[in-house]
Amino acid sequence: MSSSAESRERILSRLYNAQQYGRDAYVPQKKVWTIRNRPKEKNITEFMERMGAVRTEVYRTKGTEWVAELQKLVEERGQKTLLHAPSTPTGKVLAEKWKKKSPCKLVTWKDSIEEFKDDLFACDGAVTGCIGGIAESAAVILWPTEEEPRLMSIVPPLHVVVVEADKIYTSFQDAIKKLKWNTSMPTNALLISGPSKTADIELILQFGVHGPTDLVVFITE
Amino acid sequence: MASNEKFNFAQSVAEALADSQLRANFRFATDTLIQRRGTVFASPEETNFLRDVGSSMKKDVLANLPDLLERFEAKCIKNGIVVHWAETAKDANEIILSILNEKSAKKVVKGKSMASEEIHLNAYLEEHDKEVVETDFGEFIIQLCNEPPSHIIVPAVHKNRKQIAEVLAEHVEGMEYTEDVDIMLENVRNTLREHFKTADAGISGVNFGIVETGSLCLVENEGNGRMCTTVPPLHIALMGIEKLIENVEDIPAIYRLLCGSATGQRITTYFNMISGPRKKDERDGPKEVHLVLLDNGRSRIMNDPQLGDVLKCIRCGTCLNHCPVFTRIGGHAYGSTYPGPIGEILVPQLEGLNPKGAIATASSLCDACSEACPVRIPIPEIIRRMRDESYGHGDPNSVAGYGYKKNCVESMVWRGWKWSQTSPFMNKVMLKGLALFGKWIPVVGPLKSWMSVRSKPTFGKNSLKDLVKKEGVRHE
Repeated sequence: MSSSAESRERILSRLYNAQQYGRDAYVPQKKVWTIRNRPKEKNITEFMERMGAVRTEVYRTKGTEWVAELQKLVEERGQKTLLHAPSTPTGKVLAEKWKKKSPCKLVTWKDSIEEFKDDLFACDGAVTGCIGGIAESAAVILWPTEEEPRLMSIVPPLHVVVVEADKIYTSFQDAIKKLKWNTSMPTNALLISGPSKTADIELILQFGVHGPTDLVVFITE
Repeated sequence: MASNEKFNFAQSVAEALADSQLRANFRFATDTLIQRRGTVFASPEETNFLRDVGSSMKKDVLANLPDLLERFEAKCIKNGIVVHWAETAKDANEIILSILNEKSAKKVVKGKSMASEEIHLNAYLEEHDKEVVETDFGEFIIQLCNEPPSHIIVPAVHKNRKQIAEVLAEHVEGMEYTEDVDIMLENVRNTLREHFKTADAGISGVNFGIVETGSLCLVENEGNGRMCTTVPPLHIALMGIEKLIENVEDIPAIYRLLCGSATGQRITTYFNMISGPRKKDERDGPKEVHLVLLDNGRSRIMNDPQLGDVLKCIRCGTCLNHCPVFTRIGGHAYGSTYPGPIGEILVPQLEGLNPKGAIATASSLCDACSEACPVRIPIPEIIRRMRDESYGHGDPNSVAGYGYKKNCVESMVWRGWKWSQTSPFMNKVMLKGLALFGKWIPVVGPLKSWMSVRSKPTFGKNSLKDLVKKEGVRHE
């Protein structure tokens, strides 16, 4: 086996050589895809419509009303546990407003994944915040943190996301600009547009393959 | 896979054509995928503009590839990703094995990756006592029946529901034959969840590598990619050196082009950008992230300005769906990791013209692929170049197996044809000769096989040229 460093030298030298063509070749000027920003209400409408089209349940709520709605929803579905992060604003509201006698218990992530793995895979659902939404392509943007780790939004069968109405951007382009994505890239950044799905059997769309079978989004203002 | 066995393209095509179930499965799939693509790319103006954006973006990347690679490597290292360079498939396999061995990893969960198919990673790891589990639903099915993917995007598309049900009933413990897709999914989901939980390492491909931030982007619908890259303590990503994108702001356009072309979605369920291993205080994610940059012939392809265009490819597979030949023979007939039009121009360059140059004959040059290509690769032109190279017309140094099809008889026939078309005297001789003796042309060789489904042409007494001279041209 040739060492990685030797390979690197050889690959790069071949590429620099090849650039005799590359550099001199005519390279058309890069075109840019831009989308004009729209007013907030239009963004919200488009966001709701497009998210709904990929079987995401989207609700628009005022203030902290979403907690009660969520409680009703999970109780109807017979959920037993709901993972949340009490140190985040979303988790804090949830913990405060959650009725203690609810059959669905709130649980928190303890320690690192190595210790928490079994519990995590046993959770029925998880609630996270997010740093924004995108209307044009219909997705929520998650930058998982220490409080809300990456696996919260993929392992439990139900994922609930709370997004602030003011943070729904018109386009992915706008979100990248506003969030200064190029300078503040986190360890993991995600766009999530719906429940996990596949079309590998006869191209029939089926929901809930590896990730959540249900995605619920609350827009709050 | 068939790559190393004796490859007989004509025979595999004949077999594929004889399988009416296979043809029906592919026909249905490609028609559906074309129609879905149409729903996202409904406006021709917008689509063509977006394709210009994608094309110029990738051209730009290729023109500056070595600089960008160095920048990308530096960024990745700064982010804590360990970067490896692999010149050949063998190097890549060995690097990945040694990383796994170093961590004493036995069980590996894998996300879908065409690069890993290209280097036959699974077979290599299994030879070395590793347990490899494909976790993409389609890949999982074909791994069970030990088949290679038949399509870049939907790997098990050659099987219909009944066939998949049989495979699952046979291989998945405790599962009975059922055509209920929900039950199939439920079972596979539970089986694979157990694997995610217990795997020592995850291996994935990379859709885009962002130079500006040193991020690895994964595009997927199922969530298995996120599982593979987040649950196990070790993540190894395998990426072709051409898959770079310079800036984060370039991503929306190329991402839309990929989703729209591949599955007719505006956006996939998950867009996953990974920029390093678990940081201090973070509570999940792999503790180590390794990136293997795969050359495997790509840097040589870059040497040729025309052939280099093939490296713009983002592996969306839309050229497969639009290809009338692929639709009829399916992916396996090509006997190659990359089937269809893109395979016809990529595989002969990676593996040599002999014998893989043969797959470049599977095209009517109808241009449907290049009209759909999101990054505007002139596929038919490069297919013709492959054919030229096979006959020794082109650049002897660019593709291995140059001129392997060259033969005396054919060269002489073409030389004679050229003579008859460039010398007025010879032209007359040929026309007269055919008019008089054409009917006695012996039915052998290519003419015989051509005539097996057609009748023999008869030559007129007077050539078209004569008729024009005599009667003139009527402009109606």
